[in-house]
Order: sequence, then C-alpha cells, then structure tokens
Amino acid sequence: MVQEHFAFVRSDMLPEAPPPAAETGIVKWLRENLFSSTANGILTVVSVLVVYQIVTSAAPWFFNGVWDSPSLTACREILDGKTGGCFAVLSERWNQLLFGFKYPSELYWRPGLAFVLLFIAAAPLLFGNIFPRKMLIFTGLYPFIAFWLIWGGPVSTPIFALLGVLFGAFVYSKMVKTSAGIAVVVSFVAALVFWIVSGYLSGPFANVMALEAIPSRDMGGFMINLMLGVICVSLSIPLGILLALGRQSSMPIIKWICVVFIEFIRGVPLITLLFVANVVLAYFLPPGTNFDLILRVIIMITMFSSAYIAEVIRGGLAALPRGQYEAGDSLGLDYAQSMQLIILPQALKISIPGIVNVAVGLFKDTTLVSVISMFDIVGMIRGPILSSAEWNGVYWELFGFAVVLFFITCYGISQYSQWLERQLQTEHR
Amino acid sequence: MTTMTDPPKASFQLSMLIYDTRYRSYTFQFIALALLIALMAFLGINLIKNLAEQGQDISYSFLGEPAGYDINQRPIEYDSQSSHMRASVVGMINTLIVAFLGCITATIFGVTAGILRLSPNWLVRKLMAIYVEAFRNVPVLIWILIIFTIMTAVLPAPNAFRGDNATSSMFLNSVAFTNRGVYIPTPIWGPGSMVVVLTFLASVFGVFYYRHYATKLLYDTGKLLPTGWPSLAILVVPTLLMFFILGRPITLDYPALKGFNFQGGLHIRGSLIALWFALAIYTGAFIAENVRAGIQAVSKGQTEAAASLGLRPKRIMNLVILPQALRVIIPPLISQYLNLTKNSSLAIAVGYMDLTGTLGGITLNQTGRAIEAILLLMLFYLTISLAISAVMNVYNNSMKLKER
Repeated sequence: MVQEHFAFVRSDMLPEAPPPAAETGIVKWLRENLFSSTANGILTVVSVLVVYQIVTSAAPWFFNGVWDSPSLTACREILDGKTGGCFAVLSERWNQLLFGFKYPSELYWRPGLAFVLLFIAAAPLLFGNIFPRKMLIFTGLYPFIAFWLIWGGPVSTPIFALLGVLFGAFVYSKMVKTSAGIAVVVSFVAALVFWIVSGYLSGPFANVMALEAIPSRDMGGFMINLMLGVICVSLSIPLGILLALGRQSSMPIIKWICVVFIEFIRGVPLITLLFVANVVLAYFLPPGTNFDLILRVIIMITMFSSAYIAEVIRGGLAALPRGQYEAGDSLGLDYAQSMQLIILPQALKISIPGIVNVAVGLFKDTTLVSVISMFDIVGMIRGPILSSAEWNGVYWELFGFAVVLFFITCYGISQYSQWLERQLQTEHR
Repeated sequence: MTTMTDPPKASFQLSMLIYDTRYRSYTFQFIALALLIALMAFLGINLIKNLAEQGQDISYSFLGEPAGYDINQRPIEYDSQSSHMRASVVGMINTLIVAFLGCITATIFGVTAGILRLSPNWLVRKLMAIYVEAFRNVPVLIWILIIFTIMTAVLPAPNAFRGDNATSSMFLNSVAFTNRGVYIPTPIWGPGSMVVVLTFLASVFGVFYYRHYATKLLYDTGKLLPTGWPSLAILVVPTLLMFFILGRPITLDYPALKGFNFQGGLHIRGSLIALWFALAIYTGAFIAENVRAGIQAVSKGQTEAAASLGLRPKRIMNLVILPQALRVIIPPLISQYLNLTKNSSLAIAVGYMDLTGTLGGITLNQTGRAIEAILLLMLFYLTISLAISAVMNVYNNSMKLKER
C-alpha cells in the first residue's frame, strides 16, 4: 500500500472572487443597455441631450406656473417676465372645461354624482372576480339613474323605460323555448308597445320627483366626451355582435344587409357621418320631429363604432376552430344556444383587445363633435375660452390639459385591457 | 355503405316556417327584407315630404354654377368664378396631396420608431415607448390643433425677418418659417433639364438591373457582388455628370422678403403642415406598433435556424426576418394609410381646403345642398376605401401561405 503524500490539499472552497468591475452592477447595466456599441453610444448621448433639452425648457414653465389669477394679463404681471405657465386658466375655467358654459352651476352635483356612480356600475363588469355579482343589478339600473341625473325631468320617464325593458325581457324568457330569433323580435316589439302606451300614461306623473330638466344643448365640456364615449360604446357592443353574427350568417339577404352596412360605414370618415347627423338626418325623419343634436350624434357614432366592433368580433369568430361550431351542432344545440354557450364566450375573449382599441379610438373621436359646433372640451377650448378677452392666447396650458385628460383615460383603458387579457389567459404556455 | 334516408316527405305546412329549421331561415330573411324595405320607404317618404315642404329638390346642377369663393391652395387653375365642380376637384386633389405626404412621412416615423422600440438601447427603447403611447392615446384633432398653433402663433411674422436687426433669419438662407407658412426654394426647370431628369430615371432602372444581375450571378456562380455602394454610384453619378455637362439647367428659386411678405419659392401653408405632420406623427405611432408586432411575430426559431445555417446578422434580417415580418406588417399598414386618408377630413378644423372643406364646407353652406354634397363626399371616401381594400385583398391572396 502506497502512502500518498500531498504537499497541500485544500479542504474547503475558495470564496468566490468578485466579478470584474465592468461585469457587475450599474456599470454592466450601462454597458449592456446604453453603450453596447459605438452607434448605440451615440444614440444614447443624443437621446440624453434631447431629454435634457425638453426637461430644462418645460420644467421652469411648469414649476413657475401661476395657478391663481383672473386673466392672462394679470398672470403675465405676476410672472413679471419669467418663464411660466398660466395654469390659472384651468382653475378659473375648471367648471367650463368639465361641464360646458351653459350647464347651471348649482346642478353640477348631478353629472358629478352620475360620474361617481359610473365607477360603481362599471366595477362588477370590469373586475368580475373581485366584486360580488349582485352589484350587476345596480349596473343594470345605472343607465336609467344616469339619464335621470344628467337630463333631469320626472322620475317616471326612466322608470317606464326600465319597466319596458323588463317587460321585453319577460316576453323573451317566455318565448325563447320556441325560437330565440323570433323571441328577440317579439320581445323588442313588446317593449316598444309598452313604451308607446306608457307615453300616454305618464301624464299624471309629470311632477313626481322631478329634477330640473336640462336640455342637451346646455351640456358641454369633457362631460360630453365621456357621455358620448360611454353611451356609444355600450350601445355598439351588442349591435356589433349582431352585425358580426349577421355577416357570418348563411342567410344571404341578412348577410348582405350586414356587409353593405359595415363596409359603407367603415369606408367613410366619422366627420361625414357627423355632418349627416347635423344637417341631413332631419330630412329623413317625419316632418315636425325635432330631436336633439346630441341624440342624433349618438345614433351616428353608435352606428360608426358598431361597424368597427362587428369587424373585430368577426375576426374573433373566424379565429375559432371549425370544431367548436361542429361540437355545438353535435351536442344538439340550436343556433342561439351554441352561439351563447360555446361560440361567443370564446370569440369575445379573443376580440377583447380589438374591442378595447375600438373603444379607445371612439372615445378619442368624440372630440370631432367640436367640428359640428358642439362644445365638448376641444370646442370649449377653441371657442368660449380662447376667444374670451381674459384668456386670449393661452394655448399650451389648455391643450396640455386636454392632452393629459385624454392620455390618462385612454392609457388607463388600454392598461386595463392588457390586465384583462392576462386574467382570461387560460392556455398553458 | 351509406344509409342516407330522405327526410320524411311530410306535406308542407305553414307552421313549418316557424318550427322547421329548413324553412325558418326563409321566414327570417323575409322579415329582414320586409323591415328593410319598410325602413327605406319610411325614410324615402319623409325625405320627399320634407323636401316638398321646403320647396327643394334633389339636383346636382349646383355643381355647374360659379363657386364664388377662393381657395388658398390651388394645385390646378382655379378662381372664384370657377364652378363648384372645379372647387370640389381642387379639394379632392388637396385631400390626395395631404394623404400622400402624410402616408410617406408616417411610414418613415413609424418604421423608425418601431425598429427603435426593439433596440438594445434601454433609453431609446423607453423614449420610443413614450412617443408611441403619448400619441396613440390622445385625439388626433388635438395634435392637429397644437401643431397649427405652433405654425400660426409661435413662429415669427414675416416682418421679423426685415432690416439689419431682424429677430429671425432664414434657415440656411433658403427656408423661411413664418406664421403665414413655410417658404422653401423651388426648382426652375431650364432648357435641358428634361435630359437630366431622363438620365435620373434611366439610372433608377440601371440600379434595378444591376441588383437583378447581382442576384442572378450569385445564384448561378455563387459569386457575391457588392450592392450598396455601386447602386448609390449608379443612381447619383450619371445624373450629376449630366447636370454639370449641360451647364446646370436646374436652378433654385429662393424665397425672398418683398414688401410685407415672402415672394418666390414654394409657399407651404401652416394648415397643410399642421395637418400633414399631426397625421404623420399620430399614424406613425400606430405604424410603429404594427412594425414591432410584425417583427416580434417571427418566431425566434427562425433567427436561430438562419444563424445555424451560417448567415450573418444582416442577412438574417434581410432574408429571413423581414420577408416573414412584412407579411404580418403590410395589411395593418395599409389600413393605417386608409385611416390617415379618412382622418385628413379633419382639415376643416384648421381651414385646409380639402374636399371636406370645399364640397362639404363652403359649397354646402352656400348652396344649401346638404344631401347632395354629403352624398358626393361619402362617395369619394368610399371609393378610395373600397379601392384600397380591393388592392389589399389581392395582395393578401398573393401573400397567403400556400398550405396543403
């Protein structure tokens, strides 16, 4: 047996040497992310310069800003030659920017309350897994409450409208066993009849819990943008689903009606449709009828966005494998059942990002109503505020405010949709 | 063995129109058709009644009458005595001008931003993300108004360029940015300039031919010719040579301050610039997202496969990634062009005289022919959209992956 002699045997591991300075911490990050090559280094330097330029010119403008002054000249005096924004226009015209210039100021709480309730109504729809399902009842009631709050008038109007909807739903539930399609038509007619009859009956209730009625032409500001956005999106989703199903239908007449409608609406700019709402639509209504510009605009924008949503949903329907349709048939479900239980839940899930894109686009497009002389936020800025003697010439603060308002809303919606997409992600990846 | 039995031949009963799925679709279609006809009749009768009440009719004769208003940007001959028809044509051309300029600029912005969003440089990536999010989430109308305000309220008046102690000066002594618009030099086509232009066109063909030849040589013999520098040389050198041989036939007409305003050169109005750049930046943000999505849609395995075949990074991009990414990018890109064209109708907000401003604006207001004017307006945009989507369908069919 040979004894082995080792001069030295290390019995424990050496402590790890620290990595080279260039391969660790912030230096590594800088090298990898900012200066990985010469071209990248130049890009970085240029971008830093650009950012520096923007920040140094915007920061004094923002931080020196005057928030309290009655007019632009007074504001310039306070600034005394220094760079600074006159944000006083925002604080002074705050209510006009939000509610327009005609909405009675003592009633601002009504649209304000409607706005707050909107969140409560939307919460169970948007975050279904957090909020109890019972809150959906409030969501169902919300349109009627909001209508009553914003437009005012006797409480009987929204109540009869609600009863009409409930009556229609009741008829539908009775008829749906025979045929869903016929049930839809019949229940719609039933609701219509109910509304017409209730119109004659509502006379005695004209003063019951009546809020002061506000005509729509008195509304303005960001309120109009929000109202148009919320109303038109929520109306156009069901319409869009119907149009998409119609376009996929095997019945040629229905299919062609939908195709022509969708392609026509998608082929023209929204502004021409708003012109139609403004000047042409009246020609096509019975002589003597005279309904609100805002209602006409809602009709046209809803048609506009339903065509776009229909195309998005059609994409979702087309993306489903044929096997899903066949599975529905082989289970013996009829058309309405297989759509409701199998096809639409999957197709709508696929279409969520697209629908949200359309909704955001639509919300941005509501600013176009300023072109047909409605005083939404852009209309307010360009019209009554910029042309007033006090604030003539204060552009950046006002446009900046509008930009911030829209950015927050639209970015929030798109972030929500990405969150929802992750929530609904059921595939294993 | 097939055991197809015919459905029982029960005699047709009226109730089958509701209960039998074979016949129910006829019921539905009949109802739909009846409703449609009823709606049309309702609208039509109302229209006739309303027109009769106001003593109007539907007539397009107003298109022949003199328009009586001025258009500030006239790509073709036009004065206030020209007909409404001619005013509409001017508007149409103006729409096409801004749409064309916008599409090109938007593509440049979008492709640059889309590629930079995938750059390894963290700062550039974030800046591009900010650009995309900021412009996508704010209405284009607001951007148009902001740029229009810059063009009209921030830029100096022409008289700021006057005198010895002028507060503003022309950029490179040739471009003047004023609050009445931007003045740039225009080329004057002297005698012999035709030859220069023809030489240039010929060299464009030359470049294509050279590249074709280089590819062919590569496939036949494996010999790789350089394409970059030779293409540039073929493109530029003969034209420059011809230009100087002929004694510089093309000269520039510089704008100069005369009287109260700039004279000479090409006058680009603030409204055109506002519309052009706002549409380009806004649409560019959307295009950037399409480009990024398209590039990311090419699976990583493709890059790895190409690398394992020994291709260099640039060739991987040109030969493997881009051809596949373009298939994904081009359809949404074209629909963005379409959106841009439709959004150009916002011209009316800044007083740019496009078709919406002439036919849908002043002509409509002067003649009161709302139905006719708006119908023509819609028809114009509809034609453009349908034409572009027809082109897109042809493209999609030709690019479709031929499977099975």
